[in-house]
Amino acid sequence: MSDIATLATVLFAMIGGAIRVSTPFLFVSLGECVTEKAGRINLGLEGTLVLGAMAAYMVAYETGDPWLGVLAAGCAGLILGVMHATLCSLPRVNDVAIGIALMSFGTGLAFFFGKPYIQPQAPRLPSVELGGWIGNAQLAEALTINPLFFIGVALAFFLRWAFDNTRYGLLLRMAGDSVAASRAMGVSVDGVRLAATAAGGFLSGIGGAFLSLYYPGSWNEALSSGQGLMAVALVIFARWDPQRCFYAAMLFGAAGALGPALQSVGIVKGYYFFNAAPYILTLLIMIGAGRDGKAARAMPSELGVQR
Amino acid sequence: MSGAIGLATVGMTKIFGEFTALEDVSIDVRAGDFHALLGENGAGKSTLVKCMMGFQPPTRGQVLLDGKPAAIADPRAARDLGIGMVYQHFTLVPSFTAAENLVAARGHVPAVVDWAKERRALDKFLETTPFRVPLDRPVRELAAGEKQKLEILKLLYLDQRFLILDEPTSVLTPGEADEILGLLRGMTDAGLVSVLMITHKFREVNAFARNLSVLRRGRLVGAGAVGAVSTVEMTQMMVGDAVPRPRAARVSKAPAVEAKRALEVIALYASDDAGTPRVRELDLHVAPGEILGIAGVSGNGQSEFIEALTGQRPIDDGRVFVAGQPFSPTRADFARFKVFGLPEEPLRNAAVPRMSVAENMALRSFDRAPIAGAFGWLRPATMRARARDLVARYRVKTTSVDAAIETLSGGNVQRAILARELSEAVDLLIVVNPCFGLDFSSAAEIRNQILEARNRGTAVLLVSEDLDEILELADRVAVMSQGHIALTAPIGETDRNAIGRAMAGH
Repeated sequence: MSDIATLATVLFAMIGGAIRVSTPFLFVSLGECVTEKAGRINLGLEGTLVLGAMAAYMVAYETGDPWLGVLAAGCAGLILGVMHATLCSLPRVNDVAIGIALMSFGTGLAFFFGKPYIQPQAPRLPSVELGGWIGNAQLAEALTINPLFFIGVALAFFLRWAFDNTRYGLLLRMAGDSVAASRAMGVSVDGVRLAATAAGGFLSGIGGAFLSLYYPGSWNEALSSGQGLMAVALVIFARWDPQRCFYAAMLFGAAGALGPALQSVGIVKGYYFFNAAPYILTLLIMIGAGRDGKAARAMPSELGVQR
Repeated sequence: MSGAIGLATVGMTKIFGEFTALEDVSIDVRAGDFHALLGENGAGKSTLVKCMMGFQPPTRGQVLLDGKPAAIADPRAARDLGIGMVYQHFTLVPSFTAAENLVAARGHVPAVVDWAKERRALDKFLETTPFRVPLDRPVRELAAGEKQKLEILKLLYLDQRFLILDEPTSVLTPGEADEILGLLRGMTDAGLVSVLMITHKFREVNAFARNLSVLRRGRLVGAGAVGAVSTVEMTQMMVGDAVPRPRAARVSKAPAVEAKRALEVIALYASDDAGTPRVRELDLHVAPGEILGIAGVSGNGQSEFIEALTGQRPIDDGRVFVAGQPFSPTRADFARFKVFGLPEEPLRNAAVPRMSVAENMALRSFDRAPIAGAFGWLRPATMRARARDLVARYRVKTTSVDAAIETLSGGNVQRAILARELSEAVDLLIVVNPCFGLDFSSAAEIRNQILEARNRGTAVLLVSEDLDEILELADRVAVMSQGHIALTAPIGETDRNAIGRAMAGH
């Protein structure tokens, strides 16, 4: 195989991988972005992701309809989101601590109910073939895209628009930026945050559905491996902008696809190192985002660990 | 645009438990009046306006709007009746643009905002007011004066015709303050709005208000037309029978001392937390026995400068010399060069809130004899005895020296910290807004302590947002604007106007 062909193979595999791997990142980071814009941090989205994956798989297997599974995943996430928001609206309750508690709760619940579903095979989500006309098998493979990806991308751009141009967008940003101003307008800050955290949970749950119903496409306990937590880092990198969340998710997805892509062309040396690429990227991004003052300025003012 | 409305209170009384915050206060602000409400901290001004705005129900008394009794159960009811308030702190949403802030303030934002239409409506509304602000920049990037204008615009936009302003000029340059108050005065003259302004700046009362009322200890102690009441009379009404200690005599400096430099700062650079440069090429020096007052609107790098000087923030570039020798802000150098200070918000910056008064008073000396004994053991009895002595000498009001310092009132925290900082020989004293939030007599006492330290030969670097304080205390004034010193002059050779122009960066 010539060098150029090898390079093309790796590149196509990375593009395809980026689209595949980025989808859960995209949904969870959009969910976290909505939550944090309203002034609350939900670190429990890792648990939401895992519970969503389990719920989706269970419902898809029992009903035979993967889309019902996606809906179930969203609802499971919604319930966890409502729990988080309700607990955090109590006086002197710290949202970070509640988030970590709910992360354990969500994964624990998923493992508990998910045991019987590790073996059976549930119906998978369909995929859309965009590259059939090209005639290049690798590129066609890369352009076989899951419908959730399109929904996620559309949502990213829609949210970016909605933050600036709709009533709920303005209310959300106001709750995240100035509690005093919200109160002065008679807006219930806890109410806005409840809605935002619930919506964020719904989106994260759908991210979980993607994991169990599309890629890798089965349910097991090691399914998420910290993607829900990395998505939180990604929101900081994206400076709380949904559109940038999309670009950041693609970047993370490409990093995640690096190891398998290299393996596909026979480079197995350092396989585990390349598989760790997203985690290394997370570390570098967190250091970089901290050094650059832009992230600090874009942060919603009411977002903080200290209350 | 509808016209101004008048508001009067009748026998307003508010009792909290056994404490009477407000007793039988009747003031009358007629439609189109520009009314100043004067009083010391705790005189009941806030309580009165909170009752007017419906934040708290009065124990007795009534509000009349245009002569008719009005029921104001909550702030929303006040808003619906056309009463609006500008608070001491900004209530704008920092990440919103001015346009977004105005539209959001309206309460009923459409589900999808048609920005083109809203902009046309806003432009049309702005033409009916004298205020001009950039509509498309995030509010956090606006200057304090523009933010304050936007706060007022917000009320006018909601068609509120009775404006309550709570110390509206405390964060503004004199120029900005004059512009805003002048425009408001013009609007009252035209009968468009009525203004009730809480303030303690006599200059603004005399220049812009038409009538005034003075509160002391919850009672109305004086009222009248501006011009008919002199500034001296106003002060007497506010302070009452409390006699502040006589001002410490100013000892003139020996010429030999003047040439020496207790503190010299050369080309200092420092940045804020986000990395934006805030102090740029700052040069200054202070002689022993001299007070150098740094004037300036807050946010022009004063905080960063003092933090860099006292070790709370890294110095990006530049040199600092104390008594002619290189100085780095370490505990060792503070002790060696006898550098002490009273930073702003001392509870946060110079005290450990939950430690006792005695422990806080020993923060400078706990690791030395006599408080530290053999092998680093502390001698709590000695520590308490020293604290009791300081508490008595500086009249700190506390239940005991073992009480947590956070339980003290603001003025007493300030006194306790100043007592600690002045308890040893001091060569250089760095003070920031030492009287912020204090009442008349506490402020006078703290200013006297500073002046006495100066008379003993201490070099004092005084940073203050209160220009009157600088004019009263400083021997020389340095104006800080956008991170550097825009003007330095002996106090006798400059005036309020020149300082104000330098503060505004002209």
